[in-house]
Amino acid sequence: MFVELFFQYLVAGLTYGIIYAVVGIGFNIIYNTTGIINFAQGEFVMLGGMMAVTLFGFMPLPAAIVGAVLITMLVGALIEVVFIRWLVNPSVLRMIIITIGISILIREAALFFWGEGVRSLPYFTGNEISSLDISGVHVSPQALWSLGTCGIIVVLLNIFFKFTMLGRQMRACASNREAAALCGVPTRNMVTLSFVLSAGIGALGGCVVSPITYTQYNIGTGLAIKGFTVAVLGGLGNSMAAVAAGFVLGVVESFSIWVMPAAYKDAIAISILLVMLFVRPSGLFGNKETSRLKEF
Amino acid sequence: MSFLQVDNISKRFGGLQAVKDVSFGVERGMIKAVIGPNGAGKTTLFNLISGFLTPDGGAITFVGKATHGLPPYQIAALGLSRTFQHIKIFPRMTVIENVMVGRHVRSHAGFVAGMLNLPRTWLEEKEMRVWALGVMEFLGIASFAEMEAASLSYGQQRIVELARALSGEPTMLLLDEPAAGLNMRETKNIATLISKIRDKGVTVLIVEHDMSLVMNISDEVLVLSYGEKIADATPGSVQKNPDVIRVYLGEDDA
Amino acid sequence: MRLSRVSSIFIFVVTVIAAQILTMATGTVFLLTQLTMTAYYSLIVIGLCLLMGFAGQISLGHAGFFAIGGYTSAFLTTFDLMPHREKAFVALLAKLHMIHARPDLYGGVVLTVHPVVACLVAVVLTCVVAYAIGIPVLKLKGHYLAMATLGFGTIIYSIVLGTQCLGAADGISSVPPFQIVPGLLVSGIPEARIQNYYIAWGLVAVSMVLLVNLISSRVGRALRSIHGDEDAANAMGVNTARYKLNAFVLSAVLAAVAGIFVTHFNGGIGPSEASIVKSVRYVAIVAIGGMANLWGSLMMSSVLNFLSLRGYFGALDDAVFGAILIIVMLFSPEGILSFNILQVLKELVDKGRRSKEAH
Repeated sequence: MFVELFFQYLVAGLTYGIIYAVVGIGFNIIYNTTGIINFAQGEFVMLGGMMAVTLFGFMPLPAAIVGAVLITMLVGALIEVVFIRWLVNPSVLRMIIITIGISILIREAALFFWGEGVRSLPYFTGNEISSLDISGVHVSPQALWSLGTCGIIVVLLNIFFKFTMLGRQMRACASNREAAALCGVPTRNMVTLSFVLSAGIGALGGCVVSPITYTQYNIGTGLAIKGFTVAVLGGLGNSMAAVAAGFVLGVVESFSIWVMPAAYKDAIAISILLVMLFVRPSGLFGNKETSRLKEF
Repeated sequence: MSFLQVDNISKRFGGLQAVKDVSFGVERGMIKAVIGPNGAGKTTLFNLISGFLTPDGGAITFVGKATHGLPPYQIAALGLSRTFQHIKIFPRMTVIENVMVGRHVRSHAGFVAGMLNLPRTWLEEKEMRVWALGVMEFLGIASFAEMEAASLSYGQQRIVELARALSGEPTMLLLDEPAAGLNMRETKNIATLISKIRDKGVTVLIVEHDMSLVMNISDEVLVLSYGEKIADATPGSVQKNPDVIRVYLGEDDA
Repeated sequence: MRLSRVSSIFIFVVTVIAAQILTMATGTVFLLTQLTMTAYYSLIVIGLCLLMGFAGQISLGHAGFFAIGGYTSAFLTTFDLMPHREKAFVALLAKLHMIHARPDLYGGVVLTVHPVVACLVAVVLTCVVAYAIGIPVLKLKGHYLAMATLGFGTIIYSIVLGTQCLGAADGISSVPPFQIVPGLLVSGIPEARIQNYYIAWGLVAVSMVLLVNLISSRVGRALRSIHGDEDAANAMGVNTARYKLNAFVLSAVLAAVAGIFVTHFNGGIGPSEASIVKSVRYVAIVAIGGMANLWGSLMMSSVLNFLSLRGYFGALDDAVFGAILIIVMLFSPEGILSFNILQVLKELVDKGRRSKEAH
């Protein structure tokens, strides 16, 4: 009985953890290419979920998801072009504040269009009470969809960055923008691409967990903080570590219900963030010297 | 025990041994120069003495007190002041405000006194202002008092930094490449000012590349290379020292 | 035109009095309520101006201190100790006159902490938290400092939103009026409107005097030197860590005092006062006020907060301040802490003039 409960919490933790990891990876992609910490990352997740729900009103689910992802990617590109592109050598602090402002604008716009209501996509397969019995543990099929989709995202991103020309160009841009430009890498477009990519994976993640976690106009901020925590925990710029860190955070949050009221769950991520910033800003898996190396 | 005594200090950064087992003393009232090729560890030495770095080993004693490991502001309170290789004035404050900050160690008004602006406080403010103007007149920059520091020329900013460092009546002054970036006229001016400062009783330790400046005004010269002491003697002896010549000019490929 | 300290305060006082008389003359006395709240919100802004503009430390979590002040005072003055009146601790508090029995809204009698005591406890608690948080946080720089303060504000928000005895999502209401001294009652009742207007703006006036003095003093110079170049300040004998911390705590206390007074004035407080958008609002106002410009921050705060409280921004309330922040940041070449609105305006005018000459 205890063991079953343990695994129940574990699965819940992993499900939430993977979405934090996705947000963290989104942070890293933009940070790696541009050095910017994009606080609006959480809003991409929110936009993906909300738009998919709206589109689902008049098209089948897969089309709605694809549409939502594409629109969010467009939003990401717009943000980069309107606010970021023409800044010359901005400091990280300045960019964080601008992106905080952008996230507020997106959030207020979402409130305006969609209201305060909570929405969710329908379960991809089954419904909220269906569950698969995996050696005694009841797992919702949607949890498997989440883990599976996000797992595929990570694998595809890995392949993209390591084996495709475009991916390698982005990594070159991250390592040394000037050198990359001298080699003919269109660095300005790489920046836009990083925003588009981050927006896309954020939106997809938002769609996939929406049935379980629900979507509301204001979930972006909390996700941004948790995603940032995850990115810092794994070491800013290190996306594989972000996945591990995401799981760690999700599971810790999940099990925290045993020791403190559920209402304080959000405070856990922030406390972890603060401790990391004070004690080891280069992350659990980073070290001070190589934290300057920005790779996937 | 010298006025400033440095005993066997070392500092390493990762794989680089920046300062290795350096020992020397500075007597009260002298001007001592620290010279050496680039990368010799001169600025690291200054940062160690002024408290910005902690030595890995060895000891630094100033006016009889151990100062290694103390933070810069405590060492400043003991009477040691400094300037920086790349000018670090307060750009958006006026020149006189910059110089008045230098007098921080000789003044007392804290948060409460500042907020209440008691008579004792604004009397102290007046005294600080008068003193700062005095220092600026001594160095010839009194006319810039109300100008924003960032608007001055490089050479003028160097003198502002010097005034700021002097404002607290230090007994010892560390000057890190005060002539860097200055033309000949400005360099001569700085040399004259440094001598005037020494004549007022301030002990000076100066890092410099400009050899005319060094040789003309120094009483003693310390030569560093790759973090180690090569020589420590009068300017005349150092000029003739074969090790020093080798370090600067390289081996003779006969 | 540089005004001396005295004439600036004089103009300020005259403006405050004139505004009140104007409302009486135009029959718009109801505006005094929002004007009073504007004053209290301005307390936060000027404290934040000291911290960000002068000491050069950004804080995206100052609404948290407002909440600590407000909620502590609200909780202590509404928590009914009557069921516990037999306990030794409660009896001790009664003996020390720290608690009193008072009628509640429903005609019953409750035993709560005296508002003056509650106010002191709230301020002390804020100091403790600000020191505790400030010591590690102020060692951070740049975006790490921003995120850490953001995190702090969000923790406070989570706590007040999630704790049942703090009212959770509904907050705390039925907070009693606060009699500072006999004759000065902080309360939202219409009869006390004028009195409260002057209490609020009086508090602002006193704070401005103290802060303006501080800026022009040795400490103010030391703070600005830390902002200018922290290492050089250190080398000149400034204990930079301690000065930053004291500025942080001072600004936190101002925010907490604002929280306490607003809570008693309004009769309640809710979790939205601790939210990120509120913290962002205060930063945006300091920024648009010119950053290192106390009077500018006060003026901008007065205008923007009043318009916001009157509902002029409607549903776009939070969005407006987000937009202000973005615009300020986009036009600020060296980043938020060096933003100087006069400089930016001057450059725009110069640019315009130059392009005119070119034609």
